[in-house]
Amino acid sequence: MFNSAFDAVVPVVCVSLAGLFALLAEAFRAKGERMPIGGLAVIGLVGAGVASVLLWGRNASSFGVITADNFSLFVNLILVVVGLFTVLFSSQTLERDGLPVGEYYALMLFAIVGMMLMAQSTDLLLIFLALETMSIAVYVLTGLRRDQPNAIEAAFKYFLLGAFASSFFLYGIAFIYGVTGTTHLEQAGAAIAAQSMSASPMLLIAVGLLVVGFAFKIAAVPFHMWSPDAYEGAPAVVTGFMSTGVKAAALAAFARVFLSALAPMVADWTPVLWGLAAITMVVGTVVGVSQTSLKRMLAYSSVAHAGYLLVAIVAANDLGKASLLFYLASYAVTNLGAFGVIALLGSREHANDDLRDYAGLARSHPGLALLMTVFLLSLGGFPPTAGFVAKWYVFSAAVSSGYYGLAVIGMLSSVVSVYFYLRIVVMMYMTERDARPAPPAVSGLAMAGLVASVLAVLYLGVLPAQMIAWAEQSISTIF
Amino acid sequence: MMVTGVPILTLLIALPIAGALLLLTLPNRDGAKDQTMRLGALAVSLVTLLASLALWASFDLSASAPAFQFVERHAWIPSFGIDYYLGLDGISLMLVVLTTFLTPIALLSSWEGIHERVKEFSIFMLLLEAAMIGVFLSLDLFLFYIFWDVVLIPMYFLIGIWGYDQRLYASIKFLLYTMAGSVLMLVAIMGTAWLQQQATGQYSFDLLKLYELRVPEHLQYWFFLAFAVAFAIKVPLFPFHTWLPDAHVQAPTAGSIILAGVMLKMGGYGLIRFAFPMFPEAALAFAPFIATLSVIAIVYGALVAMVQPDMKKLVAYSSVSHMGFVVLGITAMNVQALQGATYQMLAHGVSTGGLFAVVGMLSDRRHTRLISEFGGLKAVMPRLTAASLIITLASVGLPGMNGFIGEFLILLGAFRWDPRFVVVAGLGVILSAVYMLWMFQRVYYGPITNPENSHLKDLSVREWAVIGPLCAMSILMGVVPNLFLAPMAPAVARIVQRMEAREPMRVDAGWRSWFAGATTPVAARASAVEGQ
Repeated sequence: MFNSAFDAVVPVVCVSLAGLFALLAEAFRAKGERMPIGGLAVIGLVGAGVASVLLWGRNASSFGVITADNFSLFVNLILVVVGLFTVLFSSQTLERDGLPVGEYYALMLFAIVGMMLMAQSTDLLLIFLALETMSIAVYVLTGLRRDQPNAIEAAFKYFLLGAFASSFFLYGIAFIYGVTGTTHLEQAGAAIAAQSMSASPMLLIAVGLLVVGFAFKIAAVPFHMWSPDAYEGAPAVVTGFMSTGVKAAALAAFARVFLSALAPMVADWTPVLWGLAAITMVVGTVVGVSQTSLKRMLAYSSVAHAGYLLVAIVAANDLGKASLLFYLASYAVTNLGAFGVIALLGSREHANDDLRDYAGLARSHPGLALLMTVFLLSLGGFPPTAGFVAKWYVFSAAVSSGYYGLAVIGMLSSVVSVYFYLRIVVMMYMTERDARPAPPAVSGLAMAGLVASVLAVLYLGVLPAQMIAWAEQSISTIF
Repeated sequence: MMVTGVPILTLLIALPIAGALLLLTLPNRDGAKDQTMRLGALAVSLVTLLASLALWASFDLSASAPAFQFVERHAWIPSFGIDYYLGLDGISLMLVVLTTFLTPIALLSSWEGIHERVKEFSIFMLLLEAAMIGVFLSLDLFLFYIFWDVVLIPMYFLIGIWGYDQRLYASIKFLLYTMAGSVLMLVAIMGTAWLQQQATGQYSFDLLKLYELRVPEHLQYWFFLAFAVAFAIKVPLFPFHTWLPDAHVQAPTAGSIILAGVMLKMGGYGLIRFAFPMFPEAALAFAPFIATLSVIAIVYGALVAMVQPDMKKLVAYSSVSHMGFVVLGITAMNVQALQGATYQMLAHGVSTGGLFAVVGMLSDRRHTRLISEFGGLKAVMPRLTAASLIITLASVGLPGMNGFIGEFLILLGAFRWDPRFVVVAGLGVILSAVYMLWMFQRVYYGPITNPENSHLKDLSVREWAVIGPLCAMSILMGVVPNLFLAPMAPAVARIVQRMEAREPMRVDAGWRSWFAGATTPVAARASAVEGQ
């Protein structure tokens, strides 16, 4: 590289450039001309991925506020995978739904830029900026189907509530600054550790506000109200993208802030996050049971998964941090696959996200039904899939910190969640199709994406050792 | 004649999986290749049976043999000390052979009954077999749990797709019920591995290492409960049995045979292999309570079976009763009782498998399983009647048949421990004769009351192949029990020895005084009775 001071931002720059080129391509595109803009996105993402791999273990940092430690690089790689899968599933659905291709890819790439920055920032203000970069792009993506009222409603709701939560977050930063005189995580952490053991009320308020901000972004109960509407209103590919990417980025920042700067106050925030995790797991699964729209069902499922991920933060040990990364990786490939199937089975007129739409799918699309079953089993935490190892890892972390209660609540709620995942399986395999038209066939490219994600799910479920070793390496350098 | 260099245990698990994958790749448009699918699955299961018999033949019976033979061990997730760790002792050997013996029979029993999606059916049956074998062979708790959970998925599909009218309800109830129990066990497994890490600095899920771990009593109490409930649901022990009648009645014949024949044994096996030896103090303390539940199961299951109008439901409740004996034998924890319990598991697998096969044959012909629809079948189906009689008597526990040996040993062993349980359990033996013979009489004897029954076909060649081996095995096991007891004896002795060295922990002073006679150490118990 030309100057090692810029090393840490190379992945972000790659994705940003791809985003800019996508915008330019859209601007110069003649009406009706087809351009492989998705290819630009792939180039940018692969570039970011290669850069992240090259930076691995070097602990680079730029401008004093952006770090490229292994933790953030691991998250970057997850985000690259999320982006690539999203591109694979998008090509077919964008054309089908008549969505603006250039805008779509540009927004998606800018959202990934924000996500990567969130994971890489070591300053609260930069985390906020990254959060906003990501959020604004995702708000727009949610409302991408401008002709559909429920898409508009979803985007509007998401935007209003998101803006509200952002202000909480910003207010929390202000309080941190007020107490410690800095927004830089390391310095703030040192200042907090240096203060007396009993936390000041200002600091407690700051922690509370930050929790609200993060909890909103990861859709933890009771800050999850936006997610079913947003998930339902957005195109299915976008839903898959935001349920995995946004969650990964927000949790990475969550973990960094709470397990480094706020680590001295662990006794203060643990009970709060314990309760938040427990109620998120329970509400997510119990409400999910009564849904009939697949997207809403998976929205509540992703709420529940936010709860499982919070357990890793509550555990607050090395095991917890590593398990968080492993969980994010396995959740990303699983959930993207599931939403990929939903997206590909839809048509322009009919979203195909009602439970009844899946009746008899095993007969009309045996391959897709099998893939979907694997994704659902993984979401439900069945071996030998990624979801099982991820849950086992997270709850092992909780148990090793003595949180047996949380582990039991989480495990039982995952049994409840199996009920609604299996409702889809029941529809696909054990119910005959009524008069509804059969869903369309799936393109080869998208099918390749689905098969790749199933292979990833099974690989992480059967041979998780390598990924666990990487996750362990990635937390060894920081915190 | 030990075959060295061949990972025979892995082979046993891999064979059915490979067969399933092979069938998966074969196209079967509109069921054109159904017969190929059936034959393929049957061939794979027969090869697996042969492999398991080879395993038995090369199993070292001598006293100097190691506790676990044919051990295979490869690092799997090194940072957690998780290994791909297989090995078997006599108990697992017998249960593996039971599995490989029943799977081809189950496949044959559904030859004509299953005519939709035969390809998927064959694949699920083979996957189920592989997972069940894996359960019995795993010596690593993580690996064990994976197989334990994987078993649920094919069985869920078997009930849900090929079951009877209420199959959706039954399949989901089966799955959620068993899973709810097993996830708590998973938390206990995590906790045990964590304690191992605290004690030795290294995570381990190695069962033999965890045997040596002293779990603090307050945790042992909960860990044991978590394990015991998971296995009690599987057995199923009263009051955790409510999933069983639904699952059995709705499952296709093959599913019922495997469910009753092998899957219930996973619960008993789990108690013997994991729950009791891993948490001995808690296990001894809880033994009287579990024994109480098991005698309730024996009597309750028998009484409920007696009034069932549906043959399949009757057999299902009889399983609750018979498996109660198994649990009673385990809780008594002396050599006779535990030998009886392991033997009863095998015997029940064979005889109940046979009962479900017979019910399946009748319901294939008449599409009903109500006892009142039948009567006087002896006149039209003498061969089926004869086969059915053998199986029924085996199930009742007639001396000379397989059911007798197990129940007798259990009662003998339990008597040495606490005669009160035996008094009640003995009632169950009598009741089992009542409900089984009464059903037999109503179905086969008397005049033909229903004209639809007057032209039923007797056993076909295929059905002979189903019921013949089961009848033969019922008699063989009753006449030469030592053939089956001998391999298990060292393993049983080892477990009892381990348990006898331990004192029960205090569960609660109140409960303790109430069961004062039963909570003395196992060794003292036996000698106290002998001394009287």
